[in-house]
Amino acid sequence: MTELWKLSLAEAAAALETGRCSARDLCAGLLGRVRAADARVQAFLRLDDATVLAAADASDARRRAGRALSRFDGVPLAIKDNLSVAGQPCGCASKILEGYTAPYDATAVARLREDGFIPFGRMNMDEFAMGSTTENSGVRPTLNPWDTSRVPGGSSGGSAAAVAAGMAPAALGSDTGGSIRQPAGFCGVVGLKPTYGLVSRYGLVAFASSLDQIGPLTRTVEDAAILLDGMCGHDPMDSTSLPGRHGGYAAALAEADVRGLRIGLPREYFEVAGLAPEVRQAVENMAAALEQQGARRVEVSLPRSKYAIATYYIIATAEASANLARFDGIRYGARAPDAANLLETYRQTRARGFGDEVKRRIILGTYVLSSGYYDAYYLRAQKARTLIRQDFEAAYRDCDVILAPVAPTPAPRRGELSDPLQMYLADIYTISVNLAGICGISVPCAVTGGGLPVGLQLIGPALGETRLLQTARAVEQAAALGTRFPNL
Amino acid sequence: MKTNLDVRYVADLARIDLTADEAHRYGAQLDAVLDYVGQLAELDVAGLEPTAHAMPLVNVLREDRAGDSLPRAGVLANAPAVADDQFIQVPPVIEEETP
Repeated sequence: MTELWKLSLAEAAAALETGRCSARDLCAGLLGRVRAADARVQAFLRLDDATVLAAADASDARRRAGRALSRFDGVPLAIKDNLSVAGQPCGCASKILEGYTAPYDATAVARLREDGFIPFGRMNMDEFAMGSTTENSGVRPTLNPWDTSRVPGGSSGGSAAAVAAGMAPAALGSDTGGSIRQPAGFCGVVGLKPTYGLVSRYGLVAFASSLDQIGPLTRTVEDAAILLDGMCGHDPMDSTSLPGRHGGYAAALAEADVRGLRIGLPREYFEVAGLAPEVRQAVENMAAALEQQGARRVEVSLPRSKYAIATYYIIATAEASANLARFDGIRYGARAPDAANLLETYRQTRARGFGDEVKRRIILGTYVLSSGYYDAYYLRAQKARTLIRQDFEAAYRDCDVILAPVAPTPAPRRGELSDPLQMYLADIYTISVNLAGICGISVPCAVTGGGLPVGLQLIGPALGETRLLQTARAVEQAAALGTRFPNL
Repeated sequence: MKTNLDVRYVADLARIDLTADEAHRYGAQLDAVLDYVGQLAELDVAGLEPTAHAMPLVNVLREDRAGDSLPRAGVLANAPAVADDQFIQVPPVIEEETP
């Protein structure tokens, strides 16, 4: 019998449904895998065995009584440390939130819990999701399970590493500029950033509110579709959540067929200095494989791509400086104890609580919003954002799905991206998707000679998730990598 | 656009105390970032509408109906200091006058 920790989300659901295992067996198997493997990966910030097993027993009792909440009742799901789960810490891997316990569930979490999913640990991340390596965690770094001298990517590095290492069948993350797709690519798992507004952000600690989206990290495209089905849809608690009915993504995978599909390759994406030959080759191979299945390849142009990083780091930091003003030591978290008055409390609490990257971004964001600079930076960036969005709208007149790298290289070595600007520049392929508010997915498509995963990114228009996931399924089948686990 | 970000002044606006070392490091790092983002100056943005949100929804309203709010005990349990089980205790806001 396959070890239970190796089961995908869909396989775990089937095993529970057929009685091959109980939720307790499944959770106990995963807890054992975490004990064996996480000392080397450091993906989990916290995992309470007793809470998990109690939830598993409750699930087993429901199933025995014929009252399972859904097919997925009893399947564990790892949660990034910026998503609220009632009664659990939600620290954003930051010292400033030490001691904070979420008093409510994020809507995305609540909806999946209503289907019986069991929250399985708090996953490490770059502090407040600010970073691309999980080295900016305020607690400790997470390491890439395929090669622990390398980073897992970020900011959802704990989520990606855990799923890749078989320490959870699936995880939730958040993606503001690539924070789901890039670690998924570096760790060899599937990572989906849904269209802005498709998944409620209520209960996600805000970094950049106009860019943040919650999404799944999984080992299969089907599992990502299942989780999106469970999370999506309008929520009155998030005024940016889109109206209308959405879903049916997993069911639509049965019709995955790329015949006649126009796949667009943006010319500018392949002119990026620093694009590694093996990444370029992997993307080329997948384009050829899809063509062989009947897709049509078209060259498209995203001429304003080169301005995306500059635009993003103005808008995201501006929004962050406003959002993170709430962390001042008054209502939650660790308050500086010796401050003489209110102003000193703010200044000292924030000085002690935030790490370098968070401080840098708050300062940058405050600067671009400050009197005399607002027009030159922030307003100009918002107008550049209009151009970037228009680029995609024009490209989607000629193609249905865009094919691109996720990152210019496979997972970098630890410390390699310690200069902030160098780290920002590596976000070139993921960032425009958030600026345009459209959807993107990272799918494992190759393994380098050195054994590192390479991801392929598919980018779809707003609310194009059905076709995006169908194409991702075709890529998954063409790549035929199967499920592999790192030796840990 | 050549800039020279006064890190201490901006950190003051953002209510963050900086050490001398931080001010020095951030200053150099942020100068490099500002130098890079300065390339936006070459874009012609005349006549363009700014994008604040990619999926513009306007006038999102809800019915004015009373509902549950967060449990008081759960919320107050997160506060660093609480008074009378119902107030968040804060440091002095108004300094005492010296006679």
